[in-house]
Amino acid sequence: MTLRTLAHSRSGDKGPVTNLSLIAFDARDFPRLAREVTVERVRAHFANLFDGDVTRYELPQLGALNFVLRGRVGGGVTSTQALDPHGKSFSSALLEMEIPDDDPPTPR
Amino acid sequence: MRTIRIGCGAGFSGDRIDPAVELAEHGDLDYLVFECLAERTIALAQQARARDQRLGFDPLLAERLEAVLPACHERGVTVITNMGAANPRAASETTCEVARALGLGGLRIAAVTGDDVLEAVVACDSLVEETGRPVSELRDALVSANAYIGHEPIAQALAAGAQVVITGRAADPSLFVAPLAHAFRWRADAWPELGRGTLVGHLLECAGQVTGGYFADPGLKDVADLANLGFPLAEVPEAGPIVITKVPRSGGAVTIATCKEQLLYEIQDPGAYMTPDVVADFTGVSMATAGGDRVAVDGAAGRARPEMLKVSLGYRDGYIGEGQISYAGAGAVARGRLAGEIVVARLAQRGVPREAVRCDLIGVDALHGPALAASPTALPPYEVRLRVTARTERAIEASWVGREVEALYTNGPAGGGGVGKQVRDVLSIASTFIDRSLVSCRVTVEVA
Repeated sequence: MTLRTLAHSRSGDKGPVTNLSLIAFDARDFPRLAREVTVERVRAHFANLFDGDVTRYELPQLGALNFVLRGRVGGGVTSTQALDPHGKSFSSALLEMEIPDDDPPTPR
Repeated sequence: MRTIRIGCGAGFSGDRIDPAVELAEHGDLDYLVFECLAERTIALAQQARARDQRLGFDPLLAERLEAVLPACHERGVTVITNMGAANPRAASETTCEVARALGLGGLRIAAVTGDDVLEAVVACDSLVEETGRPVSELRDALVSANAYIGHEPIAQALAAGAQVVITGRAADPSLFVAPLAHAFRWRADAWPELGRGTLVGHLLECAGQVTGGYFADPGLKDVADLANLGFPLAEVPEAGPIVITKVPRSGGAVTIATCKEQLLYEIQDPGAYMTPDVVADFTGVSMATAGGDRVAVDGAAGRARPEMLKVSLGYRDGYIGEGQISYAGAGAVARGRLAGEIVVARLAQRGVPREAVRCDLIGVDALHGPALAASPTALPPYEVRLRVTARTERAIEASWVGREVEALYTNGPAGGGGVGKQVRDVLSIASTFIDRSLVSCRVTVEVA
């Protein structure tokens, strides 16, 4: 399954730095997100778009993770040639990430 | 216990106006805040002011205030905004004219100045955060340097009885912290309170983003009546949970999910959200439903503010030329790619290096590149749009991009249509820091 089954996301920028939230629809799925969506997986997922550090922050009481990606390839919001200079659509790319679907999602 | 009601009437410079009028008329507000200043907006405003001293503030200022001031005046709602951009004094004069034309003579309007620190950063020659190089290296290209100022001068303007407060580069959350600090008499070192006020500001500052305006995904995350999206307001008691809500019967939704997305929007470390007022800590934030379209939020903390203020630097950074053309039907993707290769080769012959040129196929791989777009189940699209861009030093070189794309009509693959082209100046933004003792703000009150 893709992350979109379990979680929602919003992305934004501060210059060359992009952040992506990942929020479980049901907080009971948070441990699964925390286990599967590691810094390494996010770095690999966005390898063509970012070449800098990836940092993960955890907010378990909100069932949320926050990823900070540095080093946007082609420059930040004001100088990039990208069609989406702010990277607001990156949230949709994160939600396409595949995770094992051995457990069904928590019913909504 | 007294509760302050603050609404947010705009989350960016081009935001819709009707929801702000709805808030002013039906929000039972004490304060209505308009956040209209992105990083690049103030650099563009400085350029406008350099061309004409009467300009440099938000071009929609008069239209917005004409729409909301009658209701605000009638109901005693104080307006706070950063629409002053690069010229808060000129914005204040225009606001006086708007007020008089509306028959609101006597309205007290304050301009907060002092965020323009261009001379000071050049004199200190501080380092640019992104490059580690001194600011002086940008000298001729530098068009603006604005420090992010905090809530104190805005609260001072409120204490002076201002009914409209207009700033330049105030930090977004500070626009909301100021009325709370003023109403509850928070000291400038009341860190937990300022952290709590910053949470209010951060949740409200993008207006419709917290009321469902950047949330809908049909079938998965549905939002009712987006066409009539209402803007948010916060009910803030002196202590304890705040409530985020909107005007009853307006469109959109305030839910725990919309509030969580906004809490983490454009945040890096949620334990250290730095503003000129405080280092806010959102790691202990909790949310609970408090009725329909009402979410109670609690648990923000704060610690001592940074000694240095962040400065946004705007500088001229070359040009980007762009051209687009569409292809349809079988083979559209192949023709689009061929067209891109032709333009890249022709630009290289004119001296625009291949690495400065970027080709995207809109509808295929433009947003996230070929790797993320390579889904095994993806079908060929019926149509694609080739987008070619090149970053250049000179405007003439940038113009060749659109010209070469247009020339594909008679010099490229079959069936291309709908060419569009443009050249734009690149105004880049970088950051530096300045000691807050070098930034002195001034409040000027005018009576309409």
